[in-house]
Amino acid sequence: MTALLKAENLEVAFGGVKAADGVNLSIDEGEFVAIIGPNGSGKTTFLNLCTGYVRPVSGEVWLDGKPITAMAPRRIARKGIARAFQIPQLFTEHTVIENVMLALAAHRGIWQAFAPLDRPDYRAEAMALLDLLKLADHANAMAGALPEGLRKLADVTVAMALKPRLLLLDEPTSGVSALERFPLMDTLMTAMRAQGVTALFVEHDMEIVETYADRVVVWDSGSVMAEGKPSEVMKDPRVLKSVVGA
Amino acid sequence: MRALPLILAAGLALLALAPLAAPYLQFVLTVAVAKGFAALGVALLLRAGLISLGHAMFFAVGAYAAAFLAQAVGINDFLLLLPFAVAVSALAGLLVGAFLVRYRAIFFAMLNLAVSMVAYALASKLYSITGGTDGLRIDVPTLMGMSLEKAQFDQALYYISLVLLAVVGWLVHRYLKSPLGQALAAVHTNEVRLEYLGVSAWSTLLAAYTISAALAGIGGAIAAVAIGHVLPEYAFWTESGHLVLTAVLGGIAGIAGPFVGSIFLELIHTVAVGYAAEAWNLIVGVALLAVIFFLPRGLFGLIESAAGVKDHRGETEL
Ligand SMILES: Nc1ncnc2c1ncn2[C@@H]1O[C@H](COP(=O)(O)OP(=O)(O)OP(=O)(O)O)[C@@H](O)[C@H]1O
Ligand SMILES: [Mg+2]
Repeated sequence: MTALLKAENLEVAFGGVKAADGVNLSIDEGEFVAIIGPNGSGKTTFLNLCTGYVRPVSGEVWLDGKPITAMAPRRIARKGIARAFQIPQLFTEHTVIENVMLALAAHRGIWQAFAPLDRPDYRAEAMALLDLLKLADHANAMAGALPEGLRKLADVTVAMALKPRLLLLDEPTSGVSALERFPLMDTLMTAMRAQGVTALFVEHDMEIVETYADRVVVWDSGSVMAEGKPSEVMKDPRVLKSVVGA
Repeated sequence: MRALPLILAAGLALLALAPLAAPYLQFVLTVAVAKGFAALGVALLLRAGLISLGHAMFFAVGAYAAAFLAQAVGINDFLLLLPFAVAVSALAGLLVGAFLVRYRAIFFAMLNLAVSMVAYALASKLYSITGGTDGLRIDVPTLMGMSLEKAQFDQALYYISLVLLAVVGWLVHRYLKSPLGQALAAVHTNEVRLEYLGVSAWSTLLAAYTISAALAGIGGAIAAVAIGHVLPEYAFWTESGHLVLTAVLGGIAGIAGPFVGSIFLELIHTVAVGYAAEAWNLIVGVALLAVIFFLPRGLFGLIESAAGVKDHRGETEL
């Protein structure tokens, strides 16, 4: 079976900092994979490389066995990789539901110049998705006016509206308090299972990783330092040292 | 919400009746509507956060295309001049836009200015095609093959312009409500997210740029036959600045705004020139200050609030 996503020897540096220093990683269809690692170890950079936002100096990214290295983000998006960002990226002067409807329209082809964006079928579909992600109460709020945690959730909803095969989530729980993290992850997992998406998520909270990830990949200074089942990887002393700082 | 279409219809009816009460207004209003089309084109780009300081060039392209077809080719029927002018200005918009919509902010504004100055220079120098600084004259065109007296034609032109205002205005309204039109505003707020939705900001802007050039071309064709004379000054940069002023003054949120702005400015101009020439700049300056400080949605915002439309955008959710 070919991996859904495969990264091979990715390298990129920013002014001497090797943000990706020979990254190798592959994800199979249906997996929930977590990435952990210290600040500045290159986790976000890896997502940037996979989605064409940053071009690698060397290395390849494959989707379904076909190279997508350094394609423009919009082409990669159309091939089925969607992304929610560490800092949520929304259309701040549109309402939450309009953000989602725009994603639905983009998925079907934006060039339907004369049918309105706000039409019953898009609205119903967007509302169902917002319901699933427990954002229905905020459907008509301006995206830019939401509090941080809800903005992150809205960002995930927009990404899910693209019906991706692979969803990349950059610290989805960072905007909420420790108490709210588990309920939020439950919501996200339910939604992702309902849509049958494969997901890769960056996460700092070890308990979250152990609870939700099938596999965890540990990042350190721009490369993969360890990977495997969360329960096993967490016992590795090197991992404990780098991630927990123990 | 229901009140707004009624107010717009009433405004259109008022425009239709105005020349009956004051015949001299017909010419002023024809030119105002013509410039309103070009200002609407500028307003489209303003929605994407892009200021074009060169849009008068597309107004001029439309005007010259009409004059060229009428005088050089000898096809002088308004119902052929208009589509020809629109097609030529849309094509010009597509070609210029293909290069310019990569740029943002000050670069976009200045590149539009630069290209329009080239267009102005070409219009002044290419004597054999454009008539140089003398420009081109247009005889009174026929209308669907009917030859009309100048007065009859001017009257017909005015009412055709009003019909165009309604029909084209409605089409542009539909466009702005469509996914493509909404993506235009999205370019302004978050280009990265737009690209990650799989939508090209470049194509979205190019579509808008082409439409905006076509709108300016409609205005140019109307002005050309109304005035009967096309000059390089149509493309001069001060005219482009005037279009931006018109759009901001009238308001860019709706279709009517740029037309309201244009009619307001033309009427003030006519009155001011009649009584005190220097008053013109003062009045326009004060009006612009008032709009910027008190009417963020432009003069059209006054009409909206009269219609009970309240703008909730930008309010923080408590
Ligand atoms: N566009 C860029 N320009 C310059 N330096 C960059 C750029 N992107 C990332 N870096 C640098 O590359 C390194 C890795 O950054 P990255 O954002 O990928 O880390 P991260 O693992 O996501 O960190 P965090 O946990 O803080 O989100 C950092 O040193 C960062 O400063
Ligand atoms: Mg990061």
